[in-house]
Amino acid sequence: MRDSIVRLEGAAKTFPTPEGQSVIALDKIDLDVDRNEFLTLLGPSGCGKTTLLQAISGFVELDAGRILIDGVDMTTRPPYRRPVNTVFQNYALFPHMTVGENTGYALEVAGVAKSDRMKQVAAALDMVGLAGMEGRRPRQLSGGQQQRVALARAIIARPKLLLLDEPLSALDKNLRQSMQIELKTLQSELGISFIFVTHDQQEALTMSDRVAVLSGGRIQQLDTPRNIYDRPANSFVATFVGASNLFDGQLDDGWLLTGDGIAIRHLPSLGKASGKAKALIRPEQFFIAGEGRDYPFLDVEVEQIVFVGASFELFGHTAEGRKVVAEIPAGRRSFIGEVEQAKKARLSYDPSAVHLIRCDADGI
Amino acid sequence: MASEMSLAGRRRVQLALLLAPVTLFFAVFFLGPLAIMIVTSLLAPGLYGGVEWTYYPHNYGRILGFADPAFEVFDPVYLSIFLRSLKIAGFTVIATMVVCYPAAFCIARLSERWRNFCLFLITLPFFTSLIVRLFIWVLILRQTGIVNEALLATGVITRPLELIYTDGAIVLGMVYIFIPFMFMPIYASVEKLDWTLVRASLDLGAGPVRTFVRIILPLTAPGIAGGAIIVFIPALGNFVVPAVLGGAKVMMLGNLIEQQFLSARNWPFGSALAMMVMSVMLVLLFIHVVASGRRGADATN
Repeated sequence: MRDSIVRLEGAAKTFPTPEGQSVIALDKIDLDVDRNEFLTLLGPSGCGKTTLLQAISGFVELDAGRILIDGVDMTTRPPYRRPVNTVFQNYALFPHMTVGENTGYALEVAGVAKSDRMKQVAAALDMVGLAGMEGRRPRQLSGGQQQRVALARAIIARPKLLLLDEPLSALDKNLRQSMQIELKTLQSELGISFIFVTHDQQEALTMSDRVAVLSGGRIQQLDTPRNIYDRPANSFVATFVGASNLFDGQLDDGWLLTGDGIAIRHLPSLGKASGKAKALIRPEQFFIAGEGRDYPFLDVEVEQIVFVGASFELFGHTAEGRKVVAEIPAGRRSFIGEVEQAKKARLSYDPSAVHLIRCDADGI
Repeated sequence: MASEMSLAGRRRVQLALLLAPVTLFFAVFFLGPLAIMIVTSLLAPGLYGGVEWTYYPHNYGRILGFADPAFEVFDPVYLSIFLRSLKIAGFTVIATMVVCYPAAFCIARLSERWRNFCLFLITLPFFTSLIVRLFIWVLILRQTGIVNEALLATGVITRPLELIYTDGAIVLGMVYIFIPFMFMPIYASVEKLDWTLVRASLDLGAGPVRTFVRIILPLTAPGIAGGAIIVFIPALGNFVVPAVLGGAKVMMLGNLIEQQFLSARNWPFGSALAMMVMSVMLVLLFIHVVASGRRGADATN
């Protein structure tokens, strides 16, 4: 048996809706989280990621299935008897307690002596960069600082597992990015597993050892960030994580032929595959023809070019009317000038970068 | 010149003008009578009512039992009425709290429709006369009342119980009329309670009891304190409930004051009693304001 810190076996949960129907939040989920792993649950709102997190922390009771934490069955244990702590989305700091009291709450509850507790509080606050802030009130702190207190409070009792419920969503972009790096560093320093919930795919890719993409109460794909991005298991993952150009058609000896006359070259990684499939080309895998050898290409009519800083986003369509989006590095300004004038572009791609999604993966 | 006046200065004048009517109203109808009462409480009672214009501090001494040593011996009869009133008001506060606190949680968790309906029910008694509602309790509690009749008929008791004209009956009546006053402030703070804080506490390993003591209770304390003040103050001076449900047997401060003015015709002593009640209230209000001011400072700093 795998040595996992958390194990879910057939976890199922259905919620009634106010209209008298029911919605499946968890559809018999199996999941193993490894020790010292940073796992992200990624998905749109309503995909079941928060329910999954709450099932692990004990605030949602499963209809069926089991939850084991460090090999012990926790399915029916109340939240306060699980070796798991949570960083809540809105921080949930106790407003009537100081930063020090907030941070030391788990220790106070566990009956740790005051002198010992204060030492550990100081160490935990130091770890999140808030040394000496014990006497402040939560409301005297900025959003980022409150976030750090919530983090210190959740890790002080050394849980076996830390759950983070979209903890960065209220922070501004720069702060969010630096917190992402800090969280990742903190996780490897502490050596405990983190389960991080987010709907922000960038965040998921940046921090995680593995990402579980959820939709409709199911795990669509559980893999490393690179594989999630480069080799999405189905078109939901392909379109949810990153921008994508998807062409569906018939496989034919190294080509994918769409019904309306587009041919996409790919390396026959699926062997002598045939049948229906979708070809995925990420926008940044296109480059402007003329700069390389004879790569396969798509000719597009340019609708719009948007400058986004590091690159230009090129929106266009093929002669057959298919939308195509390409991302051209901003270093290639001279090409962009030509394209803008001609309103046409020849977008080349490397066949080895084309990823095929077999249609049975989409359940079609 | 008005046009040269700074914006802040003009604001101040505006504010003063707007506040003038209400300030005047309070000065004439509140501070005026209060001054009359203070002066009266320090005068000697007239032989057939009214006052004699001589300084006479013994009205206050009489409340504590040490009256004018020339005429009277130590007699704490008024002090015991005072203490009993404090006791009954205190019990009223505790009883209304015990009823309202859990009820507020139940109602706060209902769906919006049911919640509004329940809040409507709680304010419903205000639409009927207080006296009528209290006399209904007389019908329920008296010797030949519903409770006694029922208990006698079922053979639980053989002789009617002394239900009415007791301290208990007064507390019951007080609780009955003051429940809305306790409920509203408690409900306001319970409804505001952020349940993710409760979840955070449970998540950090605190069981239900500790979570209640450390999180729920402190966060709803302002409502409890507010309700306690709003109930305690009118309960202390209330004279309708003791008059109806206490009969002639149980005397409270409110009745005593009423009696001094209307039957005993000892206005100075009645004024002194009223001043005592008011000073207790002022002390309580002062503590409350200071405490909530400190909480407010915590919240805004």
